[in-house]
Parts: sequence; C-alpha cells; structure tokens
Amino acid sequence: MGSIKDRVAIIGMGCTKFGENWDKNITDLIVDAAYEAFEDAGVAPGDIEAAWFGNFLTALPGSGQPLAVALKLDYKPITRVENMCATGSDAFRNAAYAVAAGIYDIVLVVGAEKLKDMGLSGLPGDEMLMSQYGTPNTYRNCSITPPGQFAMLATSYFQKYGLSPEEGKRMLAQIAVKNHHNGSLNPKAHFQRDITLEQALNAPIVAWPLGLFDCCGVSDGGAAAVITRADMAKRFRPDPVYVKALQIAVGPREGTMNPAHDLTRVEETCRAGMAAYSEAEIKNPREEISLAEVHDCFTITEAVTYEDLQFCGRGKAREEVEAGTFALKGKLPVNPDGGLKSFGHPIGASGLRMLYEVYKQLQGKAGPRQIKNPKLGLTHNLGGLPSGATVSVVIVGT
Amino acid sequence: MVGVIGYGAYIPFHRLTRTEISRAWGGPAVTGEKAVASYDEDSVTMAVAACRDCIKGHARGKVDALYLGSTTFPYLEKQSASIVATALDLNPEMFTLDLSNSLRSGTGAMRLAVDAVKAKTVRNALVSTADVRSGLPNGPKELDFGDGAAALLVGEENIIATIDAIYSGKYEIHDFWRPAGETFVRSWEDRFIREKGYAKVMTDSVSNALKRYQFTPRDFSKAVFYSPNPAMLSNVARSLGFDIRTQVQSSLYDTVGNTGCAQAMMMLVAALEEAKPGDRLLWASYGDGCDVYILTVTDRIKEMGNRRGIKRHLASKKVISNYERYLRWRNIVPVEPAAREPLQVPSAVALWRDNRGGLALYGVKCKKCGAPQYPAQRVCMNCKAKDEFEEYGFADREGKVATFSQDNLTVSVDPPVTVTTVDFAGGGRILCDMTDRDPQKVAVGMPVEMTFREVRFVGGIHDYWWKCQPVRA
Repeated sequence: MGSIKDRVAIIGMGCTKFGENWDKNITDLIVDAAYEAFEDAGVAPGDIEAAWFGNFLTALPGSGQPLAVALKLDYKPITRVENMCATGSDAFRNAAYAVAAGIYDIVLVVGAEKLKDMGLSGLPGDEMLMSQYGTPNTYRNCSITPPGQFAMLATSYFQKYGLSPEEGKRMLAQIAVKNHHNGSLNPKAHFQRDITLEQALNAPIVAWPLGLFDCCGVSDGGAAAVITRADMAKRFRPDPVYVKALQIAVGPREGTMNPAHDLTRVEETCRAGMAAYSEAEIKNPREEISLAEVHDCFTITEAVTYEDLQFCGRGKAREEVEAGTFALKGKLPVNPDGGLKSFGHPIGASGLRMLYEVYKQLQGKAGPRQIKNPKLGLTHNLGGLPSGATVSVVIVGT
Repeated sequence: MVGVIGYGAYIPFHRLTRTEISRAWGGPAVTGEKAVASYDEDSVTMAVAACRDCIKGHARGKVDALYLGSTTFPYLEKQSASIVATALDLNPEMFTLDLSNSLRSGTGAMRLAVDAVKAKTVRNALVSTADVRSGLPNGPKELDFGDGAAALLVGEENIIATIDAIYSGKYEIHDFWRPAGETFVRSWEDRFIREKGYAKVMTDSVSNALKRYQFTPRDFSKAVFYSPNPAMLSNVARSLGFDIRTQVQSSLYDTVGNTGCAQAMMMLVAALEEAKPGDRLLWASYGDGCDVYILTVTDRIKEMGNRRGIKRHLASKKVISNYERYLRWRNIVPVEPAAREPLQVPSAVALWRDNRGGLALYGVKCKKCGAPQYPAQRVCMNCKAKDEFEEYGFADREGKVATFSQDNLTVSVDPPVTVTTVDFAGGGRILCDMTDRDPQKVAVGMPVEMTFREVRFVGGIHDYWWKCQPVRA
C-alpha cells in the first residue's frame, strides 16, 4: 500500500464567511471560495485541469454540474463527492490522489453547502436522507435526530466514567466556552461572541444531556483549495503546505447492532487516526501534532475525539479540559478557529474550512489566533452516527 | 366440547382523570379515570398486546383463525386482522377476519370462533377486540369512553371455561352511531337510549336466554354485562333479579371507561381472573341487539397464572398530567409542527419486504458464531460469514437500556422522544424509541420489553413497528 506523504501540496485556499448568508446562493458560495483560492495560489481559473466538488444535499442536480455552472471551467472533468460529514475532506482526498497519480498537475477542490434555504432547525436527519437514498424507506427506525444520536454517546460516556450529569455537562460546557472564545477571534465564523460557562450550562436542552450550546448551529458556507504536485509547489509560493496523510474509515454501523460495541468511543475515529499517524510517520500524536481541527458537531464528540485520536488517555478528557490542554494557548490547541461550534456545519464545506485554518496557521497567517511555530496540523470529520460513522483524518505540515 | 382455553387483555399505560377533563371545560367534578391510548397506539396495536398476553404459553402453530372485532379499525379497506396475525407471528395458512361497525363485534367474533371450532374447521381460534372511540370534547361521551383490548383463545382441549349456550337477538335503533367519515360517536337522548335501547334489549335478551336454556339468576356466580355506564348496569341487573353487590361484574367504568366493542370481553377476562372452578358466568354484550353466553369455569382455571390480564394492567399506570396532552395525542387540535423535514411516505414495497422483520420483529442469528442481529443481515457483523443465518425473533425477549437520550428536536406528538439503544438478553442490539415511560426515570441498565406500535401515519399508510417500554409490572 502506498502513501500520500509529501507527494502533494496545497498552494492556495479560500473560505467564505460562514453563517446565515441569506443573500448568497450555492453559486455565490462556490465562486467566493474558489476565487479566493485562485488568488491565493496565483493561478487563473483556466489553469485548473480538473475539479472535485464536495456537497451533501443542497446543490442539485447531484453531479459535478453545480461547480461547472458556477465557475465555467471550460468543460473540464468534475467529480462530485458525497461521504456524509467527511464530504469536503473526501473530495480533497480524491483530488490529491489524482495529482499523486500523475494525471493532473493543478486541480481545484470546492466544498459548499447552502443549508439556510431549508428552514430547518438542525441538520436534516434520516427522514430526508432516507427519502433521497431509498434505504431503509420503511421508516421503521427510532425517531432520532443527530443531537439525539450524539446525546446517547454522552449518556454512555458519563455512565462509564462515573460522571454525574452535572460533572459531565460541565466538561461539555467548558468545550463550548473554549470554541466560542476561539470563534470570537475569527471574522469568518458564524458566531463571534464569547459565551459563559453559566450560559452553556443553563441553556435549553435539545436532546438530553445536550443543551443548545453543546450543539453546532446551522450555517451556509464554502471553502476551496488548489493543489499541485509537491515538486511543483514552490513555483507558486514559498510556503506551500504538504499533505502528510489522508485517511477515511467507514464503519458498518456495528454500534447499532452489536452489544459488544463500546458506545463511549467512535471506532472509526480510532481507525482513521491510527492509519493517518502511520502514513504520516507520527509516533506520539500528543507531542507531534501542533494543532487539530476536530468535528465538534456536538461538544461530546470533541471530548471523545480527544481520546480516540490519542490526544489524551481514555476517560481523561475531563481533566485535560479542566487543565486547558486544548485551549488556544494550551499544549495542543483544538479547534483554534472556533470549530463547528462557531462555524456551524455546512456539510460539504466543513472539512475544507478546517483545512483552511490549519493552512493559515502553518503559514503564520492566523492573526489573533496564531499558534506559535506549528509544524503539523490535523483535521477530523465524523459523519453519520457515533455508533456507525464515516470518519476522515487529514494531516498536513510544513 | 368447546370453550375458552386462554385469555388476555390490554389496558393502555396512561390514564386521564375525569376531574381533569372537567377542569378543562369547567364542568362539575366527576369521579374516576379513563384509560387513554398513547399517540402511538390504536386498535391494531392494542389487539396485538392483548393477543400476546392471551397466547403466551400456547402453541401458536395451532391457531388456525383470528377474528378481530373493533369499531375503530385504522383502515376501512385493508384488513387489520392480517396485520395483527403477522405481528403475532401466526401461521400464514390461517383464516383472518375483521368484524366491525357494532359494539357487538367482539362477541360476534366469539360466536364465529365457537362455531368454527365446533365444526372442526379450525383447531384453535383467537378472538380479539379493541377500541379507541372518541367523544366530542366537552361532552359526556368524552368522559365515558376509555381505550382497551381483550383476547380469548377458543379450542377443544385444556378448556378453562366451557361455552354451554349462546343466545343472540338483533335490534334496530339509533342510540349510538358514527356515520362513515366522522371521528366522533353520536348519540340520541339518554332517556330514550335507556328505556327503548339498552335496558329493554338487555332485559329481554337475557330473560329469553335464561328461559330458553332453563337457568335462573341464582344459577350464576357473575353476571358480566356490557353497559354504557354503571347506573344503567345496576338498573338492568336489578330488574333481572341479580344481587348488585355479589353477582354483578364491574364494568371498569371508574378505572378504564367504556371501551366500546372491547368492554364486554375485558369484563369477562376480569371475571375469569377471579373465577373458581365450577363458577357459572352469564356474559352479555350490547349493540344493535344482544349476544348472551353461558359459560362454566373448569378446574384448569387454576393454571392460568402469569397473565397481565385486567388486574395487572390496571395496577400499571401513569396519569397524564393535563387534558391538552390528550387533545394532542388524539389529534383533536392542530399544533405548530417542528421545524424539521416533513415526514415521508413509507414505500409499500419496502414495507412488504419487511413484513417479517418489521411487523414480527425477526432478525437473524449467525449459525457460525451465534451472534443475534437486527435487522437481518447477509454478512455476519461478527465473523463475516455470508448467508449463514437462521431466523431469530426479538419480540418476546427482554433487554436493557445500553444508552439513551431525551430528544426534544425530533418530530413527535409528545416530545421529548426517549431514544434508546437496547441490548437484549441472549445477544443483539436494537435502536428504538421508548414509549410509555416517565422520562425522569429512564436510566442506563433499565430493563425493557418490546411493544408493537404505530411509528407514523403518512400518505394514508399506518406504519407499525416496535418500541421498547419499561417492563410493565
């Protein structure tokens, strides 16, 4: 099996302001993200040889066409990628593989999602997905929403580690406070205000034990990357960012069927993380990784991800949170841009939005959020259910 | 000899006090409470519950017929008995029939069952009746009507009560009626109903039956008579010569309400629960006429323990806190929908493929490694063996809550929805909603059992599946 390490580099990135972009449609999000990336890379749209478009469900018809319609790429090959919440990261992965295979030299990846035209509170659940994908269209399943699914992760985590609801909710609230603080320093975030621990703890319950501030918002957004061969990268800029690992683990939803499956961890994150560390030749992630953008769709997801990605030991998330390990000035800053908590989760865009922050941090361009001298950054997306997920882990570095 | 060989009943977990209904409408204080079907229950689901209670310990393979009586079937065209029989995992080569449109449909179903067993065209016949009738808000029928179900198994072997005689009479009257297309039961003036309806028909029919079969009221341990309310029951029983204090079976009016078609059979189950060998029971229903049965309890009644029946279902309850919730459950007032995607219509094809898995809750068990799995798989989640499975039923297995959430965001008539991951004794795990629970008392490790419920009604399709519930005592 081969490795992507140091074969492909990012030479330009773009990211729209995330939020309730009432006055923008999907084309606007694509154009704004892609043209920022073109400018950043110093390439013209006509230089793009092929493109990958990450979109989950809001750009129809379901093909590469919405990207072609928006950018007029002159009849170039465009592949649409959908892989749940890992959609953006998987579009990036496939584009990188095409470059590494030597087929193309300069390619574009765009992830975009226009959620705020739908009028829904929260992401669509299985209801819409099942009607689109046809299985299981008996609707004989539990009537659960994404917050409900991840709330079950919290319930079992609290139970296993003996956390009282108060202790558990406090740990989660601290994660929310941290991410909203980081978001307050980011002009591209949807939510740019600090929140207090009390606000987080006293917020209305969405799905017990998760309250409003434990859940990410509903936002529109787009992000884009221009990538090229590693050996060509410095022709475009002095500080390209090199791809070190690209992994995806897709689970068989075993946690929904198998009582042996531990519901206090996400197996797919563990697997994708281990594969990525191996590919990037990382021995001690806690020591070697400079920053991580993880999938904080819900605060409990971030807590469990610390452990699944070996940033801390099993059951240790709470004490590490208390110690500030993952804060902006901590040992291993997690979600320095504010995370899904501050950006919402326009599904196809999220993976590339995370990569945008890591890219800017590695180039020293993260402004008030800048981490000192970062070398390696990681992004993590978790799609589906904690009991059956599609998880991507991407590692990039200088 | 033909007789009852098994009985069972079902009373919904939730009760609404009549005082609470009066509170809502400003009426006088009224005593008692009524059983209220949850928003996920209907005549089909309650019949399934009563039949499961009834056939526990009996050979399902010997049940050759199911006769189902109700005035509130979910479909006007499409059989409910076939849904119930499929959920009960009964033999496909059986006779199923819905009997509707009369409060006598339950006892009428019983008569068909007895005749069929007598004629030896079926071995054991399952008879069930369930009703979820509605009276208009702020009216007496809303106070009177409750929901419930009962089931009897009829056969020739191991009889617990012989059926010694049956008498039927028809009678034409508009006392209670509900025209096609309407939701609420209509009725004529009370005094007319009593004098020219219920009291006259019951008195005449029971007298005629006693005369024909040469019995007197003193020959019976219990008179088990349907009645719209306790006052009418007392009047009829007294005028027929029964002792009100010792001989008249309670109509369950104060605890369950008038369960329509199901009431007479629920009362009979309650009578059988208290019966002693040798007791003779006089059982009579009412509705467009009267069916009268004479039964004699046998020694085998002593072996009928371990049933929930009426007594245990009565003891297991939760009073719903307010009348407005009941209005919502019954879909009587429109409410603001959740800001979620609209519910989709299930595919009839997919439902048909899932008859066994969804309605009878069958999964599979791997023949190589023994792991039970739901829903049915082609490749084993555990040992990866392909197509090496045998069928494995989950419906009658108990489980424990592995984890749960109280989901306020999901589309529901009654949020929060308690969503659970259930681990079953003997293996297997299912994600399902929990129903008939007190949200405050849900905990990891809580023992649960499976119950057949409606999970959605969209596009004219009643979509049934299973939920878990805390084990009902």
